[in-house]
Amino acid sequence: MTKPSLSVERLTQTFPDGKGGTMTVFENASFGIEKGEFVCILGHSGCGKSTIMNILAGLAEPSSGVVKMDGYEVSGPSLDRGVVFQNYSLLPWLSALKNVIFGVRARYPNRSRAEIEAQSLKYLAMVGLEGDVVHRKPSQLSGGMRQRVSIARAFANHPKLLLLDEPFGALDALTRGTIQDELLKIWGGTEQTVFMITHDIDEAILLADRILLMTNGPFARVAESVEITIPRPRKRTEIVEHPNYYAIRNHLVHFLGQRSRELAGRASDGADQRPETVRIDLTETGTPDAPADGPAAPHLRAVTP
Amino acid sequence: MGKLTLNQRAALLSLVLLAVGLLIWEAAIPAQKAAAELTEYERLTGGGAPKAGVPPPSQVLVKAWEQLSNPFYDAGPNDKGIGIQIGYSIYRVLSGYLLAALVAIPLGFLIGMSPVAYRALNPFIQVLRPISPLAWMPLALFIIQDSEASAIFVIFICSIWPMLINTAFGVAGVRQDWVNVARTHELGPLRTAFTVILPAAAPTIITGMRISIGIAWLVIVAAEMLVGGTGIGYYVWNEWNNLDLTSVIFSILMIGVVGMLLDSAFAWLQRAVAYAE
Ligand SMILES: Nc1ncnc2c1ncn2[C@@H]1O[C@H](COP(=O)(O)OP(=O)(O)OP(=O)(O)O)[C@@H](O)[C@H]1O
Ligand SMILES: [Mg+2]
Repeated sequence: MTKPSLSVERLTQTFPDGKGGTMTVFENASFGIEKGEFVCILGHSGCGKSTIMNILAGLAEPSSGVVKMDGYEVSGPSLDRGVVFQNYSLLPWLSALKNVIFGVRARYPNRSRAEIEAQSLKYLAMVGLEGDVVHRKPSQLSGGMRQRVSIARAFANHPKLLLLDEPFGALDALTRGTIQDELLKIWGGTEQTVFMITHDIDEAILLADRILLMTNGPFARVAESVEITIPRPRKRTEIVEHPNYYAIRNHLVHFLGQRSRELAGRASDGADQRPETVRIDLTETGTPDAPADGPAAPHLRAVTP
Repeated sequence: MGKLTLNQRAALLSLVLLAVGLLIWEAAIPAQKAAAELTEYERLTGGGAPKAGVPPPSQVLVKAWEQLSNPFYDAGPNDKGIGIQIGYSIYRVLSGYLLAALVAIPLGFLIGMSPVAYRALNPFIQVLRPISPLAWMPLALFIIQDSEASAIFVIFICSIWPMLINTAFGVAGVRQDWVNVARTHELGPLRTAFTVILPAAAPTIITGMRISIGIAWLVIVAAEMLVGGTGIGYYVWNEWNNLDLTSVIFSILMIGVVGMLLDSAFAWLQRAVAYAE
C-alpha cells in the first residue's frame, strides 16, 4: 500500500451538549486517502460529516487528533485544500468571473491581470459557463450555475485536495447529472484528490473510487470503506448494467438503512477506529461469497445481493 | 392620458399639489399683496411699519430669483450671498463629518470584529450617544475657544454615532461563509478586511453614513444660530432679526433643498454598493 497523501489519525470531536455536559460526535476516527483518489462519504444527517470536512479544510480545530497531508500536520486553512461549500459561498457583490478571479489571484498573486482572467475564463468554460453569463452576479444565476462557478473557483486554484460538502444537494436531478459529468471531466485530467460529502448513493457510486460509510452519531464511526469496482470512464446510463452495480448499491442501502443504526453509539474505549475495507467484485470470482484476493483488501465481507 | 407611466402621473400630481398649495398660500395673504410695491421702501426705512406678516409665495419667488442670480456676492459680515452662506455650512458639516467617519469606521470595524472591544466600549457609547449635540456646545466653546472649531466639533460628535454603530453592526453580521472563503484562500487580515468584510458590510455602513449626514445637516443650522458669524443657520437667524420673513422662508427652502441633495448623494452611494444575496 502506498502512503496515503491525506491521513486522518485518531480524530475526536466533542461539543458542549447544551446541558453542561459534552457530546462526542466521533472518537479516534482514523482513515487515509490516496493521492488522486475520489472519495465520497455517506452517512445520516448529523453524524458528523461536515465536522470532519471542516477539520480537513482547517476551518475548525478537532478536540484531539491530527490530520496530515503529505506527512505534514495540517493547521489552519490553506490554498492546497480547496473547498466547495454546501451553499456555494460565492461573494454576492462580485460577478461570476470576478468570483473565480478572486480565487486565482489569491493563489497566483504574481501573475498578470490578463493571465488571471484567462485562467478564470478557461475554468468557467470547463463547467459550461461562457459568454455573457460570466458577468452576472450570483443572485442573477440559477442554483446550478452558482454551483458551477463555485466548482470552477475551486478547480482553477489547482488545490491538491478538493473538499466538497454536498455540492449538489439543492439541485434537480437533471442539472445534478450534467454537473457531475463536468466534475468528472475536470478531475479526470488532474492528479487532484477529492473528498466529497453526499446523501445520494447513486451519485457516490458514479463518482467515487471508494465510499466511506459513517454510522449514526453520537460516537459515530467511519465503519467501512467500500471500493467501487466499476471501471472508468463510467456513464450514468451504463453503470447500472455492470454486474457489480446492484451488489454495491444493495450493500450501501443495507448499511444506511440498518447497520448504521446497529453500529451506532459505541464508545471506542481508546481503540483506533479504522474503517473495514469492503470489496465487492462479482466479475472476479463469479460467486459473491468467495474471497477476493489482492493486498488492498485485508477485510472482506460477504454480500447477499 | 391613459398612456402615462406611474412616474409621469406622480410628477403631474406633485405639480398640481404644488400649484394648489401656492395658490392657497397666495390667496390667504391679501393685505400683504397690496403692499408689495412698498416693500423696497419699507426695507430702506428699516421696516417703517413692520406688520411682520407672512409674505406671499410670489414675493418669496422674487427673492429667490434675486438671491440665486447672484449667490456669491460679499458685502460685509452681515450681507453675504446665499451661496457663500451655504458654502460655509457645507464646509463645516463635511469637516466634522469626515473627521467622524475617519474615527467611526475603523473603530466600528474593531468593535464589530472583537467581542471584547464591543463589550468594553459599549457602556461609553450608550451614555454618550443620547446626548443632544448642542449640549456639548458650551463645553466645546470653553475648551476649544474657537466658535468655528466648536461648530465642527458638534457636527463631529453628532455624526459619529450612527456611523459607529452601523459599521460595528455590519461588520459583526458578515456571514461566516464569506469569512471562510477568505480563510480558505489564505487572505491576510488586511486583505480580508478590504476585499471581503468591507464590501459585505458596505450597505449597512453607508446606511449609517446616510443617517449621519442627515443629522449633521439638522444640527448645523442650530449650531450656527448659536455661534453666529456665517453659515445658513446664522443667515436664518440674522434675517429673523431683520424681520425679513421673505428671506427667512427662502433660506428655509434652501436648507431643505441642500439636505435633499446630500441625502440623494448617499442614496446613490447606497445603490452602488448594494448587492442581492
Ligand atoms: N458548533 C457546534 N456546536 C455544537 N454542536 C455542533 C456544532 N457543530 C456541529 N454540532 C453537532 O455535531 C453533529 C454533527 O454535525 P455535522 O454538521 O457534522 O453533521 P452532518 O453529518 O454534516 O449532517 P448533514 O448531513 O445534515 O449536513 C450534530 O449533532 C451537530 O448538532
Ligand atoms: Mg453537513
